[in-house]
Amino acid sequence: MLDQTIIGKTGPTFMFEVDKRHVKQFAQAIGDDNPLYTEPTYANQSPYNGLIAPPTFPVVAGVEGEGIELDLDEKRMLHGEQSFIYHRPLKVGESLTCQIKVADLYEKEGKKGKMQFIILDTEMRDTEGDLVVTSRMNIIYTQPPVQAV
Amino acid sequence: MLRFADLVDGQELKPLVKPAVSKVQLVKYAGASGDYNLLHTDDAFARSMGLPGAIAHGMLVMGFLGEYIQQLAGVTARVAKFNMRFGAMTKPGDEITCAATVKRVYEDEGKKYVEIELQAAKSIKEIVGSGSALLEFFE
Repeated sequence: MLDQTIIGKTGPTFMFEVDKRHVKQFAQAIGDDNPLYTEPTYANQSPYNGLIAPPTFPVVAGVEGEGIELDLDEKRMLHGEQSFIYHRPLKVGESLTCQIKVADLYEKEGKKGKMQFIILDTEMRDTEGDLVVTSRMNIIYTQPPVQAV
Repeated sequence: MLRFADLVDGQELKPLVKPAVSKVQLVKYAGASGDYNLLHTDDAFARSMGLPGAIAHGMLVMGFLGEYIQQLAGVTARVAKFNMRFGAMTKPGDEITCAATVKRVYEDEGKKYVEIELQAAKSIKEIVGSGSALLEFFE
């Protein structure tokens, strides 16, 4: 079982670039042909004033970034839910400073006994230091299988 | 694209039907997202983990809902919040339909918002993702 001391733990800060080609590849993989991601003329004339990234693009920072050192067994981790809180859209071409932190840890009684839930936040800030988006992973941390005696 | 004045609580929005998920798409998504877990691209590995074959990334399914919600927002609103709970597994060949219902239309401190309930499903019984989004209108 994990204990409450992991709440507030942070990983190292790292830079994440919202790269034009990467955004295009990401949108293409989903099959999302919204011109706001790839067509500058269209995007520049929109209220966004330029190209933006698809809503789920911030997850890439969580995967490619520095991560966080926690003593967790990956086999017991299940991604149960994902949330994004956007203060504004990610702009193509910008660099964001990111950091992962353990926002919460709580327990619930499940069908197979006690289950633990870990909330991992990746906060992404612009060059002004303003928060652009928080990408939140809800992880279900399952109990180790009971060993036969 | 949604217009604030047209929306009412409980309204069902036009769904988005995605083309069937393909193996090539899973390889593309692995590369674009950086999630190289072989569970999503290698049938033999997936079978060794007790699955019938490779399964789609849960975040690809959320990507479908993201496409849908950004399409609904268009250039009249921005996505302020977006969440999804992962449901049943998606496999290559599955055709995912994204559906939405207007949950609440409201104004707060002079800004216009709409809360939308979202669902991604293979069929009525097999929901692969469910969640919600909050749109903030530009004017």
